[in-house]
Amino acid sequence: MNNSPYFLKPASVQSVMLRVLVALLPGIAAYVWFFGAAILLQIALASIAALAAEALMLALRGKPVMLFLSDGSALVTAWLIALSFPSIAPWWLTVLGALLAIVVAKHLYGGLGQNPFNPAMVAFALVIVAYPQLMSQWPAAGATDFAGQWQAIFGTRQIDAITMATPLDALRTALHTIEAKTSVAGVMGSNPAIGSLGGKGWEWVAAGYLLGGLWLLQQRIITWHMPTAFLAALFAIAGIFSLIDSTQFAGPLFHIFTGGAMLGAFFIVTDPVSGATTPKGKLIFAAGVAVLTWIIRSFGAYPDGIAFAVLLMNIAAPLIDMYTQPPVFGHKDKPGDSR
Amino acid sequence: MLAAILVMALGAVVLGAALGYAAVQFRVEGDPLVEKIDAILPQTQCGQCGFAGCKPYAQAIAKGAAEINQCPPGGDEGIHKLADLLGREFKSLSAEHGIEKPKSVAVIDEQACIGCTLCIQACPVDAIVGAAKQLHTVIARQCTGCELCLPPCPVNCISMQPIGESVETWKWKYPVFKITPAQREAA
Amino acid sequence: MTALQRLFRFHGGVKPAYNKEASTGLPIAVAPTSELLVIPLHQSIGGMPRPLVTAGEHVLKGQRIGGADGNVSSAVHASTSGTVVAVEMRLMPHTSGLSALCVVLEPDGRDEWIPRQPFDFRSATPTQTRDYLRDAGVVGLGGAVFPSYLKISPGKQGKLDTLVLNGAECEPFITCDDVLMRERAGNILKGVAIMREMLDAGQVLIGIEDNKPEAIAAMEVAARDANRTAGDSTIKVVRVPTRYPAGGAKQLIRVLTGIEVPHGKRSTDYGVQCFNVGTAYAIYEAIALGQPLISRIVTVAGNVSRARNYEVLFGTPMRDLVALCGPLPDSDRVIMGGPMMGLLMPDDSVPVVKAANCILVGSKSLFPAPPPEMPCIRCGDCAKACPADLQPFEMYWFSRAKIFGKAQEYHLFDCIECGCCAYVCPSHIPLVDYYRFAKSEIWARELVKEAADVARERYEFRLLREEREKQEKSAKLAARTVAARAKAAAALADAEKPAATPEQEAKKALIAAALERTRTQKELVHPENTGNLTPEQQAVVSTIEARRAEIREMAKAHLRQDD
Repeated sequence: MNNSPYFLKPASVQSVMLRVLVALLPGIAAYVWFFGAAILLQIALASIAALAAEALMLALRGKPVMLFLSDGSALVTAWLIALSFPSIAPWWLTVLGALLAIVVAKHLYGGLGQNPFNPAMVAFALVIVAYPQLMSQWPAAGATDFAGQWQAIFGTRQIDAITMATPLDALRTALHTIEAKTSVAGVMGSNPAIGSLGGKGWEWVAAGYLLGGLWLLQQRIITWHMPTAFLAALFAIAGIFSLIDSTQFAGPLFHIFTGGAMLGAFFIVTDPVSGATTPKGKLIFAAGVAVLTWIIRSFGAYPDGIAFAVLLMNIAAPLIDMYTQPPVFGHKDKPGDSR
Repeated sequence: MLAAILVMALGAVVLGAALGYAAVQFRVEGDPLVEKIDAILPQTQCGQCGFAGCKPYAQAIAKGAAEINQCPPGGDEGIHKLADLLGREFKSLSAEHGIEKPKSVAVIDEQACIGCTLCIQACPVDAIVGAAKQLHTVIARQCTGCELCLPPCPVNCISMQPIGESVETWKWKYPVFKITPAQREAA
Repeated sequence: MTALQRLFRFHGGVKPAYNKEASTGLPIAVAPTSELLVIPLHQSIGGMPRPLVTAGEHVLKGQRIGGADGNVSSAVHASTSGTVVAVEMRLMPHTSGLSALCVVLEPDGRDEWIPRQPFDFRSATPTQTRDYLRDAGVVGLGGAVFPSYLKISPGKQGKLDTLVLNGAECEPFITCDDVLMRERAGNILKGVAIMREMLDAGQVLIGIEDNKPEAIAAMEVAARDANRTAGDSTIKVVRVPTRYPAGGAKQLIRVLTGIEVPHGKRSTDYGVQCFNVGTAYAIYEAIALGQPLISRIVTVAGNVSRARNYEVLFGTPMRDLVALCGPLPDSDRVIMGGPMMGLLMPDDSVPVVKAANCILVGSKSLFPAPPPEMPCIRCGDCAKACPADLQPFEMYWFSRAKIFGKAQEYHLFDCIECGCCAYVCPSHIPLVDYYRFAKSEIWARELVKEAADVARERYEFRLLREEREKQEKSAKLAARTVAARAKAAAALADAEKPAATPEQEAKKALIAAALERTRTQKELVHPENTGNLTPEQQAVVSTIEARRAEIREMAKAHLRQDD
């Protein structure tokens, strides 16, 4: 028989994970509206692959399969992978990403709760380094022809008609590779990829993620520390540099609404297992991710640096936790650390 | 080329001087490793490891002359601690040195004791009180359970009694249970 | 009129379903005396009292049957008059299922008290008052059973800023303090007044959770009366927001005064002391009525049809009380305490002791088995709920891995085991089990380490002693040899030396004369008529001499052989 406490709150890992999935829905809806239903295919592919991989690994490790499968953590990882990869990526790319995330980044480290790195971001990093070309072919806003997208995912890839660079990619290419001295303003005005805020269509997807994230905050599944620190730090650093040289550096609002910033702020950086856990630590962690993302976006080789930034801060998370332990009851005049 | 040689030589001289200085300035008397090892050993002083006590065994381990798995009273846990301290591989308790037994204390059957003092001389921690031709008895609190008093007794009046659970020694159990497939099906 | 008091908040806490209405409908009932009372001797923190009675003795109600032994120990008394059946090991009310020494008392039905008189604490010295309370068996009745006589001294400063009375009673199901305050507020306040005087407290704050409006009203009336009697207004009843565990001593002190008393420090160092209202009542009875602690109010609730509060004599088997309340058929366990911190009892035959504030009858429907334990996802909900501002998940990781050093670095011993963390955990990890395990494991290891250190010292001393004995022996032997040799040398030297005194001269002359005599005697015995012999005669003499020498040798050898 168990010991006290005998009263337990009706909470479970499953309810947390399911609510995260629900919070992703507005963003997914915007995605489908602007970029077609391919994303739904990718989500399905990733989910099936992730669940299968998880079931296999659990069986190999001798753990109760149904119990762990039903907690929904594999599904969350799968959906984040599907949303981070181009929706017209070949089917095997997404499946590979899901497998890498579940098998390598999660189960090889010990399973649920034991992974030091964010599984979705590990998958993204591994795949973009291995297949940079495939990972840079993103759907064009408005090109919602499903047949074409299906063909792209499962068949031969004649995708020129339906792809377009992401706003970040376009900006980077324009600023860093073209000889002519373009400026941000020039790129922003002329490039068809870039809409009013963060990219045609992409800003609406980001807005959807923001909505979902705010709901997660209200549900107390995440705390305010990470999203606020991330967005504020990104806004700040992008703002400062665009004030210094507005021709070379894009403005802060652009940075917040483009790429994976919103998705990262509310869904990726807030992963409890691999991130920092103390309140102060969360602020430092999220701000660190934001700064690193901006640096990689502006000076790095990849258009969007969220994945690498998150992985770099994952390495630092235990150290951050160690140094930001909040003071214990009765010791509040000197903040305690657990060295 | 000459510059490279000069730099390497200079580096060697500087580092050598630093090491020499450190060797003299930060010299540590004695061998602190032996103390650290001795702190892990259970101090039963039983000699089952093949050495005359816990300190000699600790010295042998520090020298590399003995394995870490020779101490039955320390058990597997003691071997783990030694392995962690020394960075050596864990080996399970070596069977030729004995098996891990539950903690016991020696008890003298007072009816049978003949007062020969042989057990008093054998006890490594002086836990037996008595004198020649007087009754001997074991101070239970001081007894380490080393069993060295059992062989010398000519009338075999000493026995080992396992220490039972009492209110002072009761512990909460480790809450992790191994789930076996049969239990899973039943659950 | 509740005082307008600035209140503070403590971090975390949870709001479980309180289930308090079931047991507050009826007033306190006096539980009927059971057929047999099993009174454990060890009912408080500290050393075990020694038994003062033996089997067959007749005792009166309130007679001391266990004498306090040691600095932290409290006496135990007979709950009613009767005959001591035995002083033996009986199952004790603890999860371990172990037995402890108990006095088994058979009541004689007469309920005869010992002669009682009030104790004049005003004219007694502080030591006398402490000894009196110690021998009256008064301990903290909030559940921690710390001997109250040790808390009744005002600390280093000599006076106390604030005396806090804990009427919060935050745990679900438990209502014993609630009904005590409703029905006996007057006597509680009399006890409070006594304590205030003893501690020389500047102000008294009685904290009661706001889910107990009747108790608050009753206590306010009594406090007003007490203030009027004392001629001042130092006693205030304060309404405290209902939140588990607001009734924790440290949490309540924080809420009422803002002071956070760290672990390991005494609250008197911060000018505060906290007592349960039931303890105040017991102090009143002990001092004003001369009655030692022999009973307490116990809530019997849970899976029963008639939950109620009873005034119970210590030693009453729990099953008798449970039977009074109509346990439902699917009841399968008895818990001493509440659902958040209570201890599972090994059997329902265990007796009610001073720590038993509630007997909670459980069943699978009331307390369903928790879902299977999932891995920790470091969500931090437990840290958000912890009232001691700890990081429970870190303590969990290290306790589980048995890395006790790190667990202690995360302040494992500051944990008050309130259960808030396990309550909120989405992975359903029984966190408090890990902390209880880790704490008892650390204590056990410390005991083993101490024993090992003592064994090492004794061993080294023994080696030293043997070395010393050996040295002494060889030194003695050496000394003896030296002495012997010196003596021999001295004798020789004596013989060679020229005589120094007339006695030695005479001795020497005697020795010389004796030597001369022996020589002449030898001459006589061996006449030298063998001189001037012819060579032939000489040869014959030589052979005879040689033969004689041979025979002498043979005889000597024979003798040697016999040796």
